[in-house]
Amino acid sequence: MTLDFTAILARWQMLLDGLALTVQLAAVTTLTGFLIGTLCAIARRSDVSALRWVASVYIEAIRNTPFLVQIFVVYFGLSSLGFSFSAVTVAIIALTINVGAYTAEIMRAGFDAIHPGQWEAGECLGLSRTQTYWHVALRPAMERVYPSLTSQFILLMLASSVTSQISAEELTAAANFIQSETYRPFETYIVVALIYLALSLAMRVVFWAFGLAVFPRRRRLGTNL
Amino acid sequence: MSVVVLKNVKKSFGSLPVLHGVSFAVAKGEVLALIGASGSGKSTALRCIDRLEIVDSGEIEVCGHMVHDPGLDLRRLRLDVGIVFQSYNLFPHLTIKENVTLAPRSVKKLDRRAADEIAMQSLQKVGLAEKADNYPEQLSGGQQQRAAIARSLAMEPKVMLFDEVTSALDPKLTGEVLKVIEALAASGMTMIMVTHEMGFARRVADQVVFMHEGLVHEAGSADILTNPSTPELREFVSNDL
Repeated sequence: MTLDFTAILARWQMLLDGLALTVQLAAVTTLTGFLIGTLCAIARRSDVSALRWVASVYIEAIRNTPFLVQIFVVYFGLSSLGFSFSAVTVAIIALTINVGAYTAEIMRAGFDAIHPGQWEAGECLGLSRTQTYWHVALRPAMERVYPSLTSQFILLMLASSVTSQISAEELTAAANFIQSETYRPFETYIVVALIYLALSLAMRVVFWAFGLAVFPRRRRLGTNL
Repeated sequence: MSVVVLKNVKKSFGSLPVLHGVSFAVAKGEVLALIGASGSGKSTALRCIDRLEIVDSGEIEVCGHMVHDPGLDLRRLRLDVGIVFQSYNLFPHLTIKENVTLAPRSVKKLDRRAADEIAMQSLQKVGLAEKADNYPEQLSGGQQQRAAIARSLAMEPKVMLFDEVTSALDPKLTGEVLKVIEALAASGMTMIMVTHEMGFARRVADQVVFMHEGLVHEAGSADILTNPSTPELREFVSNDL
């Protein structure tokens, strides 16, 4: 067996475009997914049973069905409702819905780990429920589950490869195209796998740096909460 | 005029009755020590005053707020009442100064400078100004408890509640916290404190309420600790050597 990467590396522009879209998908849906997930975690801990119920149905529906099927449901669902969104928009919606459900469970664990005395102290100082979540609970909850969050959002970036199925032209879609042009599938996917690996490591570094910025206590003292 | 009034307050946790009709009143500037054995209901009574527990029946009036009323404006009650807990409950991810400025900034909407100023004043009162930029875990238990007192003071409450605030501290740290509370009492703050520190109650309290099995069993000036008239209180204080 001889490996020949020349034809693949010659198409670096295509790989770069694919990489750029993968990075964008990951960046946008990390933010939207975290937002949806955190709101759902709060909803699931709410005193209002309707909110708890809606959040639970969403979370369980998503965590118990395959992502590929979810993408198709969103893709064909939106178009049968008369919406014509671009593949990228659909990819963002589907990825957000998917990662939001997993993030909700992670953040719920984080909020559940906050000692009742913390909620009480916030309440007694006159903070509203929302203010207590924002000022008292959010950062310690995030800090406690930060390793899980990091893994979840790296998984999300990797899962974005599935959106090639609805022709979002991200990295895997670029690979599919290149291998069909070059007849060098093994080399193509090796290269793409290495790019994903590098991207995962880069994400770890970004999350680490973000953690330093958002958890100053940990940065200064180096201890766990 | 009374700042805090409890009238025939009853409270059960499920099938477990805790308060069987508790009544007492605290006048402005007065210090009331709530004493009694564990399980006598004194902490529950205190928590009812800040509506951390909701009473089953009876009336509680605090600074004009009807605490037993389901339509109570909870946030306005909390603006008038400060509470300090046995376990400090400082926010671990915030510095001491941030702990103290949080409520003035987000509840009273003060700007950073005004909040910082108030924070430093309250930290000075508890002797912790130089620890402002430290995190709670860098402080001793006594310092953490004083920081928690400063956090409450920064909201300028009309009444302060202390729930066994020295129970987790050794005698030296207990002493430094009690000194802060004593200075606060001298400054005219109205206070209700659940405490096991009999010597302190004797010295500082204007009124002592002894609770026994969910009822006010004996109440009066601090003299009742030296000359108890019920056998239960005599028994209770005799354990304090």
